[in-house]
Amino acid sequence: MAVDAAMKPSALALSAAKEERVRPFRDPTSESLPVKILLIALAAAFLALVLFLPLYAVFSEALRKGLDAALLAIADHDALSAVSLTLLVAVIAVPFNLVFGVAAAWAIAKFEFKGKAFLTTLIDLPFSVSPVIAGLVYILLFGAGSFLGPVLESWGAQVLFAVPGVVLATIFVTFPFVARELIPLMQHQGTGDEEAALSLGASGWQTFWYVTLPNIKWGLLYGVLLCNARAMGEFGAVSVVSGRLRGETVTMPLQVEILYNEYNYVAAFAVAALLALLALVTLVLKALLERVYSRDHALTPGH
Amino acid sequence: MALANASSERWKWRQPSVIPGFGLTLGFTLFYLSAIVLIPLAGLGIRSASMGWGAFWSLVTDERLIAALRVSFSTSLFAALVNVVFGVLVAWVLVRYRFPGRRIIDAAVDLPFALPTAVAGIALTAIYAPRGIIGQYFQPLGIKIAYTPIGIVIALIFVSLPFVVRTVQPVMEEINREVEEAAATLGASRFQTVFRVILPGLAPAILTGFALAFGRSFGEYGSVIFIAGNLPYKSEIAPLLIFMRLEEFNYPAATAIGAIMLVIAFSVLLSINLIQAWSRRRFGYGS
Repeated sequence: MAVDAAMKPSALALSAAKEERVRPFRDPTSESLPVKILLIALAAAFLALVLFLPLYAVFSEALRKGLDAALLAIADHDALSAVSLTLLVAVIAVPFNLVFGVAAAWAIAKFEFKGKAFLTTLIDLPFSVSPVIAGLVYILLFGAGSFLGPVLESWGAQVLFAVPGVVLATIFVTFPFVARELIPLMQHQGTGDEEAALSLGASGWQTFWYVTLPNIKWGLLYGVLLCNARAMGEFGAVSVVSGRLRGETVTMPLQVEILYNEYNYVAAFAVAALLALLALVTLVLKALLERVYSRDHALTPGH
Repeated sequence: MALANASSERWKWRQPSVIPGFGLTLGFTLFYLSAIVLIPLAGLGIRSASMGWGAFWSLVTDERLIAALRVSFSTSLFAALVNVVFGVLVAWVLVRYRFPGRRIIDAAVDLPFALPTAVAGIALTAIYAPRGIIGQYFQPLGIKIAYTPIGIVIALIFVSLPFVVRTVQPVMEEINREVEEAAATLGASRFQTVFRVILPGLAPAILTGFALAFGRSFGEYGSVIFIAGNLPYKSEIAPLLIFMRLEEFNYPAATAIGAIMLVIAFSVLLSINLIQAWSRRRFGYGS
């Protein structure tokens, strides 16, 4: 009995030690492997359902009657004029917001003045406003019963239900993209480089072209990329001011809607597939840009 | 420049600087901002104010509008809640784990930003319609997804997902591992560490993501109208009602709905700013 009692604790200790050796080391600041696998699988399943399935659906619906049918739908006259209008709108809207973005970032990041935070909030405003409201405000500004509309019309300038309205609505919804990429970047870079250039005798423009611009080029490109994607894909705001005149004020997203409502699904999805390809190219370029220009923060939310 | 210099001497509203171009860039910024954003938005405010309170009130208490606002509000809330759960999960998996395909998933999270909303709308409708890839399995059960509020929620989950992930992800990357180690040495289980140490610290980021997702969902139009079915009082959203009133050239009604939606959008914006201010005070981060 006594021998038994004496042995027991040591046997226990031995088996405990054995257990200790068998149990693998687990990082105390991480989860166990099965939990990890479960969480990854859950996230992947959710994203497959929410993100990848719709993308797959666009292409599979477009190719339902074969590649030829899809290509024929894109080569259609109305579809082609929608493509060219979309390109035209982006070519006008993006440079405007590019110049604004650089100017706003210069004023906000390189100088200290009162009301700066408020100004930044105002610049972000279009992101908080529904695209339909973006269209509505221009209808109220230029439409029947407004002050500006009749004046412009007497000069022969039509804004609503014409290309200028589409461009204005697009500029509104893509307004903050370049500015909100550049402001944090230029704030982070500070004013040291510019002050050095100025003290060495460079003029203001020289300082901007040879010192500031090379510093911000990747961020600028990034903002332009996002701005362009939204400009080409905007639907709500454009749909309010466009009037849907075929071949005149119909952009690609509006063409998708028109074809879809005519039950011409293959054609609708063919044009949609073109826009989806644009989105994929944007995402690939964005990922590449992020690698080139290692960012302090991921894509800023609010787009 | 002259204006800027004169005012800096008198009120000191800006710090002196050797860098040129302040007057030019700020002047252009203010001009462009006013022309594109502020004056048009102010026009909406003036139009609704000039309507008179009685007329405005009768327009915004329209039964169909209240039903539409209720649909917009509840579906946006539901979608934002779903995205809080799964968005935090996705952010966690992307930040903490290394696995094949991680880069692709990380890039794909931005798909809803890049994909035009109309394209998302028709794609989701094709999937969830009664004969669609997923809809066909719910059809025999008697569950309709497309053309009901459930469809609206699905479209809103799609468009607002990146807001939660991209708000939470950078903050999660900054978490100090030492805090977790401290919790572990003090005897906390991993579950306790995650739910009582890590997640409370992420609360401001999660709340901001929630508010951004809700705000975006509330104003969303393109992806919703295809899948919603747009039945008055059941699956009709407020932005669509603005659109319909404009097509009827009923500008006062459209203006009144626009004003209501603008007030809600500004409340969301304000609450985001309050969350950020609280976060800076309490947690030392926030943009």
